[in-house]
Amino acid sequence: MHEFSLCDSIIETLAAQTHQQGFERVRRVWLEIGALANVELDALRFAFEIARENTVAATAELDIITLPGRAWCLDCARTIEVNQFFDPCPLCGGYQWRLTGGNEMRIKEMEVE
Amino acid sequence: MCVTCGCGEGELAIHSHDHPREHGHGHGHGHDGHGHGHDGHDHDHAREATRRISLEQDILAKNAEYAASNRQLFAERGVFVLNLVSSPGSGKTALLARTVQILRDEFPVAVIGGDQQTANDAERILAAGAPAVQINTGKGCHLDAHGIGHALERLPLPEGGVLFVENVGNLVCPADFDLGEAHKAVVLSVTEGEDKPLKYPNMFAASSLMLLNKTDLLPYIDFDVARCLEYARRVNPDIEILQLSARTGDGLESWLDWVRRGQRTALAQQVSRLEADLAAARARLARRGG
Repeated sequence: MHEFSLCDSIIETLAAQTHQQGFERVRRVWLEIGALANVELDALRFAFEIARENTVAATAELDIITLPGRAWCLDCARTIEVNQFFDPCPLCGGYQWRLTGGNEMRIKEMEVE
Repeated sequence: MCVTCGCGEGELAIHSHDHPREHGHGHGHGHDGHGHGHDGHDHDHAREATRRISLEQDILAKNAEYAASNRQLFAERGVFVLNLVSSPGSGKTALLARTVQILRDEFPVAVIGGDQQTANDAERILAAGAPAVQINTGKGCHLDAHGIGHALERLPLPEGGVLFVENVGNLVCPADFDLGEAHKAVVLSVTEGEDKPLKYPNMFAASSLMLLNKTDLLPYIDFDVARCLEYARRVNPDIEILQLSARTGDGLESWLDWVRRGQRTALAQQVSRLEADLAAARARLARRGG
């Protein structure tokens, strides 16, 4: 359940901006989470509702944008799409690929007032 | 409350059996100024009811900063750091107790152990003859780089040697938290089933080394070693794999050699760094003298 730790980090990041950016509350947060990131999205949403209590983001809505898994297949020398670490290359059926995207866990943007 | 960084450590508790050192290494207090690249933002917008602020920051950016600070300390002092991860009961502590018992005669070793409760593991390592501290994470499911920084205040840093971090037994969460280690090493025992790499792919993808432990039990159970290794390589084509039994000592020597190679590499890198620093200082001196 490290989703709670992740949400604590998110809230900390948002709260750290209040002074510098001069806002009172966060209305909405956009996260970018890769398809292969080690995160359970439902757990993340649940944890966010708890982590936001009594903070600058107490009423903030959470928007999660899922980013596709992309890899470079060494055998095909092509970019492929993958959804799991154990997916075979859709072109050659092999496993000799290296992930190039889809591992992200990023705070993209927030809407404040 | 932590004196140095002002953190409320929450449920984190650190057990050590020697005298705590003073806050000495200043782990990662440079975390201001990260990701605040919005100085040019138009503040006239503050009068509007709502506005959007672009952040583009990793959720774990703060952990990454602490990890970078730990990593720098390890590099400066020539410490090879391994982060051992596994499910509970894979034999990490037994393996480490045996490992430090042998390696402590060759170079400095130390262990940071993480568990939700008890200092049992640290006591087993201390009994094996190496300095150890235990981090109790309370309800936490993983160690993070900040907690490692605090544990280092209570542990003599094994300069030129090896620091083993025994993470909380959990094949999920520790995968995401960089502690500043050189490598994650995942321990999998044969009683757990050969499909663990597929069930917990993030952990096997994040690890450089897989140790297949308890091989002495293979005659008594249905465990397909070849299939397990194939699954691990499917998830991570670059993963190195060693098979051993911490109990009988079978295969232990290959693991010890792997650790020794890492230790020598870390030491060689420290030497290169120091030589470069020395050369730069000599050059400055020569310029002034000339």
